[in-house]
Parts: sequence; C-alpha cells; structure tokens
Amino acid sequence: MINKTVKNAEEAVKDIQDGATLMMGGFGLSGIPENCIADLLKRKIQNLTIVSNNAGVDDFGIGLFLKERMVKKMISSYVGENDEFERQLLSGELDVELVPQGTLAERIRAGGAGIPAFFTPAGVGTEVAEGKEIREFDGKSYLLEHALHADFALVKAWKGDTAGNLIFKGTARNFNPLMATAGKITIAEVEELVPAGSLDPNAIHTPGIYVQRIFQGDSYEKRIEQRTVSV
Amino acid sequence: MLTKEQIAKRIAKEVENGQYINLGIGIPTLVANYIPAHLEIVLQSENGLLGIGPFPKESAVDPDLINAGKQTITLLPDSALFDSAQSFAMIRGGHVHLTILGAMEVSEHGDIANWKIPGKMVKGMGGAMDLVASAKNIIVAMQHCSKDGQSKLLPECALPLTGIRCVKKIVTDLAVLEIAPEGGFILKERAPNVSIEEIKSKTAGKLIILGEVPEMQFN
Repeated sequence: MINKTVKNAEEAVKDIQDGATLMMGGFGLSGIPENCIADLLKRKIQNLTIVSNNAGVDDFGIGLFLKERMVKKMISSYVGENDEFERQLLSGELDVELVPQGTLAERIRAGGAGIPAFFTPAGVGTEVAEGKEIREFDGKSYLLEHALHADFALVKAWKGDTAGNLIFKGTARNFNPLMATAGKITIAEVEELVPAGSLDPNAIHTPGIYVQRIFQGDSYEKRIEQRTVSV
Repeated sequence: MLTKEQIAKRIAKEVENGQYINLGIGIPTLVANYIPAHLEIVLQSENGLLGIGPFPKESAVDPDLINAGKQTITLLPDSALFDSAQSFAMIRGGHVHLTILGAMEVSEHGDIANWKIPGKMVKGMGGAMDLVASAKNIIVAMQHCSKDGQSKLLPECALPLTGIRCVKKIVTDLAVLEIAPEGGFILKERAPNVSIEEIKSKTAGKLIILGEVPEMQFN
C-alpha cells in the first residue's frame, strides 16, 4: 500500500513558497489546519493567495497571517469575525474576492472534479454578477462561474490512514473534503493517524487518491468563537 | 411594536409540518424557540448539518459542533452531517422548503439587501445569496425602520443587493406584509395597538391595503 506519511507540519509544508495559492479548510475556526498554519506563520511566507471560507479571528487561524502581512489576496465568503481583515479590506491593503459560500464550495468541488465552469443562480442581479456571463435556462437566470484550483490544499480531518483516506467529525468537515480534491498537492493533518487497512471502507469520507501528504498533528487548541450553552 | 422575540414568535406560525428550514443569524435563530412542539421539522445549518440540537450544557461543549453563526450546538439523534458542497447542493437544488433571514432593506419588488454597507461594513455575503436565489419560500425578519428612523421597506434598495425578486413575506416589529406580484407591500396584519397610519408613515415603498387589516395573533 502507498504510504503518504510525513513526520509533521514542518515536513509537510516545507516546499510552500512565496506567492503560492493555498486552500485552507474550516468554517470559522472549526476544522482549520492548526499545525500547518502555525508552521507557515513561523516561516513568514509572503504574497499568499488564500482560498478559505472565513479569515479566522484577529489572533487565531488565518487571522495571524493577516497580522503578519503574509497575504496578498483572500478568496472568501464571510470575514465578519476578523476586524483586522475588514480593516485591511476597507483600506485597500488587501485584495479580497468575496464569493457566495455555495459558489465558493462548488468552484472548489468543480476544480477537483475536472469541471472548468458551471452556472449558478447565486448572485444574479447583484454586484457578484458584474463582468460575468449570464444565461437563461428554463426562464431563470444563472451566472457563469469558474473552477478554483490551488498549489496546495491544507485540510484538517479527524482520522486518516497512511494511504490518505480521511474521516471527518462533526461540523469540522465543511470545506475540507472539497479542498482535498482541488489542491495540486493536498496536505492532510489528522488527530489520529492509523495504518492503511484499519479504517472501514464504508466510513471513508475522502478517498486517499486526493491526498499526497498526511501526518498526525498535535496540540489542537480547537478554539471556540461563540461558546453558547443552555442553562 | 413587537420585540425581537415576538417577531420570531409570529414567524414561527408560518412553519409547516415536514419542512426543512434554514434560519439566518439574528432574529431568525430565535424562531427555533417558538416552533410548536407537535410540528416535525428539520433545521439545516449551511456549514454541514441537518437536525440542529439545542445549545449544549457547559460540560458537553464540542468545538467540532457549531452552527452557521459559529455558536456551539448539539446533534439530535436523527441528525446528518455532510460537507459544504453537499450543503449548498441541498440549498441550491431547492430541497430547503423555508429560508428565514434578516435584512437591511427590502424593495417593493422583493429585492433584498443584507450583506454590505459600502465603505463601512463589508463582512461578506456568506450563504445568503445562495439561499435567496434558491429557496422556495423566503421570509424576512426585520425592524420596520432603521435606528435613525428611516424606512427599510423601500421602492428600490439603495444598499448592494443580496438577491432580486425573491422575498415573499416580511415580518417587522409593526406588521406582516407580503410582496405583491405586480410590486408593492400588501399589509396583511398589524402588530397589536399599531395603526395603519403609523405603518403607512413608516413604509417608503408602495403599501397596498386590501380591506380590514387584522391584528397579529400570538396563541
């Protein structure tokens, strides 16, 4: 069986250079590749283009990249939790492409699935439609949107095996499975790495064909943005 | 005029048995608290969950279980988890029966603006554009006027749009209104002790009144 194990985040991301386009999994802070983020932060790579649904918070997740001015462009759907992001966006320091969340998900899925472009109704009649082809199907208007690709996809999963098969947990799944398919090189960090053959084939969410490097991460903070409890 | 809870309570009366429902952040999330217990419905969370459970007890908080507003939640015994492409396939494919969301402005043609104030607030649209472009039924929960007294029910939206010709019904702190096919806000119900005159004076768009306008009922 093919073994894709690397030792740690440092080994996994060592060939990521300035100017790379990265996809990073997560919805808010749930399911973000914490170990890879920490290592890239140490190396202070520059001029990154990052595709990620959100931008973390000011002092955690991708927010830390923004603080260190490592990011040239963000492609996201919602950046509201991060004041620094909003500030850089409004001031023009940061190039931001705001994409409807469903369009973002489908552009990434299409990228991994060999679909160069597709039509979606999201954004018709809004500024998202500017400069884009509109076509009618059965009397309803749709926008032409193009697939997204990345040099590297950094994904976080719950369990993975040495062949790169991945299982996700809870709502930490979100964009990770899609991004895993769309990165030229997909790096998966998992909470538990098991030998290939240990996982039930029925339970696998992302087949290992999409994953090039996998490692068992550690010290996951799993910060919570809105700790909400019932009395 | 109604409180946020009362707006949510009135909207909960629109929910039908068997519906799959997406609730936006803000007042819409409160609707979940008022859906009659005998109705069987399923709440969809855009980040990959069908069947949103109640907020957890302190000891059961799980960072891998959050809703679209990034609050910690729990699963129900019959919940289902999936990825973001699946989630929006569900939404875009018309499988979600009812979408309830907030708005900054609604036009008399059913256009909605709820994601950007140019130069001041650009948080992003999140899933809102997908939801309004695809949902079978869209109900807006909002205040009738802004904090500085401007009507939010307009002939045309001035703020950047989230979607066009998509809103069906609006519940504000003053009224329940429906969008007329030919354009205009049809006044269906008044909040208790709120007059038609007050609603007229606070609605900048075309207000259509067809006969008697009853007060909202909350039983």
